[in-house]
Amino acid sequence: MTDDIKVDMELDLKGLLCPLPMVRVSQNISKVEVGGVIRAVATDPGAMADIPAWAKSTGNEVLSAEKGDGEFIFLVKRVK
Amino acid sequence: MSEQENENKSLAMVVMSGDMDKLFGAFIIANGAAAMGMEVTMFFTFWGLRAIKKNVSTGKTIFGKMMGAMYGGDISKSSPSKFSFGGMGRWMFGKMMGSHNVSTLIEMRDLAVELGIGMYGCQMSMDVMEIPEDAFIDGVQDPVGVGFFLLKAQEADIQLFI
Repeated sequence: MTDDIKVDMELDLKGLLCPLPMVRVSQNISKVEVGGVIRAVATDPGAMADIPAWAKSTGNEVLSAEKGDGEFIFLVKRVK
Repeated sequence: MSEQENENKSLAMVVMSGDMDKLFGAFIIANGAAAMGMEVTMFFTFWGLRAIKKNVSTGKTIFGKMMGAMYGGDISKSSPSKFSFGGMGRWMFGKMMGSHNVSTLIEMRDLAVELGIGMYGCQMSMDVMEIPEDAFIDGVQDPVGVGFFLLKAQEADIQLFI
């Protein structure tokens, strides 16, 4: 389902720990257009809770959050 | 998704502790809140003042100079509240955090400045401890009193004391 989503920015969050994955997403979301999508790859398991919480509180949207091989892959859409 | 829920939300925090572990907590929460779109105020008082200080010696009177000598330096001189072991604890935690790729306190504080967090020194503590305003790092606002903090706290959605 997530394969046909156009990604506007790739964000490497590997190795970053709390709160940096969330901070980096927040710093970069304004660099894509409204409606644009960031694909972010983190290694911090805490990001699985934090990125959706960030999205909820800033009014943006997590299209998908998948656990890969030691990695957590997020598709984050800028809503406003 | 609804309207941006954190628009106009804010966090007001007193940082009284100068302990390494508590300062980590303070800056992680503050930076996280700023990333989530909140306006953040950090009010540094008493032992917390060193967290916004440059590595310079302070003090005018003999006691002030003693204080400056015993509790001088900058944020990187902070020791953990447990397992301090006369400096060994700081070194050990530094190693452990480094090996887990945790940012240093200085990096956390730089990020706070970058994210536009309002950092304020408590004027009264600065007077008592003889720490002048020019001993603070760039990015710290002009010193304030408790009235200023209370107004911020009153208007804030989250209030914390660390």
